[in-house]
Amino acid sequence: MKRILIIGATSAIAEACAREWLQQDDACQFVLTGRDRNKLDMIKADLQTRGAQKVDTLLLDINDLESHATIIQEAGCFLGQLDRVLVAPGALPDQALCQQDLVYARESINTNATSIMMLLEQLATTLEHQRTGHLVVISSVAGDRGRMSNYFYGAAKAAVTVFCSGLMMRLQKSGVSVSVIKPGFVQTPMTADLNLPDKLVATPEQVARVIVKGSERQQGVIYAPGFWLFIMAIIRLIPTAIFKRLSL
Amino acid sequence: MKLESWGRYPKYPQAASPVWWPQQLDAAALPQSFLPFGNGRSYGDVCLASSNQLLTMRGLDRFVAFDRQTGVLRAEAGVTLGDILQVTVPAGWFLPVVPGTRLATLGGAIANDVHGKNHHRQGTFGCHVNRFTLYRQGQWLECSPQQEPDVFAATIGGLGLTGIIVAAEIQLMPIKTGQIDTVTQRFDRLEDFFRLANDYDLSHQYGVAWIDCLARGSRQGRGVYFAGNHAEYESPMTIHQRQLAIPLTPPLSLVNRVSLKVFNELYWYTKPKQPVVSREPYPGYFFPLDGIQHWNRLYGRNGFQQYQCVIPDNGATDAMRELLSAIADAQSGSFLAVMKKCGDVSSPGLLSFPLAGTSLALDFPQSSKTEKLFERLDAITRSAGGRLYPAKDAHMSAADFQSFYPQWQALDALRDPSISSHFWKRVTL
Repeated sequence: MKRILIIGATSAIAEACAREWLQQDDACQFVLTGRDRNKLDMIKADLQTRGAQKVDTLLLDINDLESHATIIQEAGCFLGQLDRVLVAPGALPDQALCQQDLVYARESINTNATSIMMLLEQLATTLEHQRTGHLVVISSVAGDRGRMSNYFYGAAKAAVTVFCSGLMMRLQKSGVSVSVIKPGFVQTPMTADLNLPDKLVATPEQVARVIVKGSERQQGVIYAPGFWLFIMAIIRLIPTAIFKRLSL
Repeated sequence: MKLESWGRYPKYPQAASPVWWPQQLDAAALPQSFLPFGNGRSYGDVCLASSNQLLTMRGLDRFVAFDRQTGVLRAEAGVTLGDILQVTVPAGWFLPVVPGTRLATLGGAIANDVHGKNHHRQGTFGCHVNRFTLYRQGQWLECSPQQEPDVFAATIGGLGLTGIIVAAEIQLMPIKTGQIDTVTQRFDRLEDFFRLANDYDLSHQYGVAWIDCLARGSRQGRGVYFAGNHAEYESPMTIHQRQLAIPLTPPLSLVNRVSLKVFNELYWYTKPKQPVVSREPYPGYFFPLDGIQHWNRLYGRNGFQQYQCVIPDNGATDAMRELLSAIADAQSGSFLAVMKKCGDVSSPGLLSFPLAGTSLALDFPQSSKTEKLFERLDAITRSAGGRLYPAKDAHMSAADFQSFYPQWQALDALRDPSISSHFWKRVTL
C-alpha cells in the first residue's frame, strides 16, 4: 500500500503521476491539495473510479505559509503516514512582465521558490521523524542554466534544485529518499501559450511514467523525459563567452 | 503536436487549442470557428476543422462516477475506450459496443455513433448512451432521450457539430471475464461468408470476417471468419498486448500489389479450414491493430483512404460481388479488408451509419488511381441502396451524402454555428 500526499494536485503532471502510482499499485490512498475546490473534487472522483482506496482533498495556497503545518498534520492524520510526497506547484511567469513589474516578479519567486522551500523544510522534518518515505519535488530543466527568456523562473527552480540537493544529504541518514524532477517541455496548461518545438514536447503521461519509475528506484535527480539529461549537459558545457551571445 | 486524421488524408494543417478542464469552456475564449477533436482515430476529414482550428479534448480524461452494481459509468469525453475498459473489465463490466480500436475517445464514439462486431445484437454505441453534457453556444445542456431529445438525437452520430461533448453517461454490459472465446474458420467464397455469418450470428455475440480482396473468379470473397463470445470461464493468461510500432513514415506506401498478394495468400492458407476454438484476452480479439502503434504510417506520406460502405440485405450478395470484382480489377486494396453483417437494431442518432445489411471496409493507399476506383465503388453502393460511413470518408460527393442521409438538414439546423469540419463543408455544398 502507498499513502501519497500530493501538493499542487491539480497540475497536469501531478494528476498523471497519481494515475501512474495507481497503475503500479491498486492499494493507493491519497491526500490532494490545491487552490481550486472543484478541480480537486473532480480529480478525487477520477482517482476513486480508477481504484484509489481513499482520497481526501485539502485547500492550500502554497503562498499561505501559516497553513503549511496544519496541512501536513491533517494529511498525516488521514493517511497514517506519508509514504510518498509529491510537491508539484509551480507557475510559469511572464519573463517580460517580470522585468517591468518587480512586485509580480517577486510573487513568482515566492510561488516557485520561497514558499516551496518553506514547505519542503517542514515536510523534511516530518519524513525524517517517520524515518521512511520518498519526497518527490518537481523542479525544472530551466534551473540548470539561466537563460534570458526565463531567468526569473529558472532562478526559482535552481533554488529548489539546490535546496533538494541539501535535503537529500540530510534525509539520507534517516532512510528517506529525495528525488528532484527536471521536466523538459511538457504539454500542460502551463505551457499552452508557448510555441514549443514538437519533437521535444512530452505528454504529462510520459513524464509521469519517468517520474514514478525513477522515484520508486530512489533516483536523486530525474530528467523527464530522460533525453533532457543530454540536452542540458550540452547546454551547461557551452562556454559562457559563447552562451551569453545566444538567444535562448 | 501535428494533428491529422488517421488516414493522413486529406492534408489540412490544424492548429490546436487544448482543453484541460470543463471550467475552461467559455464562449468568449473559444476560437470563432472550431471543431472538437478527440484522439484523431477517424480516417478522413470529419475530424478536421474547416477553420483549421481544433479544440483538442484529450485533456478532459477524468472519470466522474462508476457504479459497480449497475454498470453505469460517467466520464469526461476525452477518456479513451481503452481507459474505460481498463477500469471496468476487472469489475465485471464491458462496453456494450467497441469499434476496432480502443484508442477512440468516448466523445468520438458518440459523435461518430461507432459500431462493432456485435451490431446485430447491440446496435451502435449511441444505443447505450444514457445522457451527456454538451457545451453549445455558450450554454451547458444536459441531453438525454427525455431532456433536449432533439439535440440528443442530433449529437449521436452528429460528427461533433452540435456542440462540445463534455461528459457522458453510458450503460455498460455485464461480463464474467475479460476473455473472449473465439472461433476461427477460413472460407472459400463469398456465399460461404453469408452462410457462416448467418449461422454464427445465432450463437455468437461477435462476428467479423477478413476478406482476401485480391482473390478473383471462383475464389472471390474467400476469407477468414472470426466469431466470438465473452468467455464464461477464465483461463490463466495475461491481458497484456504486445506492442510494436512503425517508427517512421516510409516515403512510399509499403502496401502495394506485391506485398499484398504475398500477405493475403499466406494469411489465408495459415488459417484453419475447420472451425478452431480458442480463448484470448479481449484486446487481441477486438483491437489487433492497436498492437501496432502508428500503423497508418505503413501507407507512406500520402496517407490512405478507407472505403466503408453498408449494403442492405436485399441484393447484398450481388453488390458485394461487384465491389470485390472492381477492387480486384484495380489490383489495389489492403491487408485489412473487413466484412461483417449489421443488424436491424436502430440507433437513437440522427445520422447513424449502419443499416441491416452487410458492411465492407478496405484501406487504399492514397493515389489518383484510388479516386477512379472509388467512383466505380460509389456507383455500385448507390444503386444497391447502400451508403458510406462519414467517419471513414474523404471522398463522398455532396449529392451522394445528401441522398444517403436525407436527415442531414435536421442536423445542420441543430449545428452549433461556430463548429464546422472540412467534411461538413464538403458534403453540404
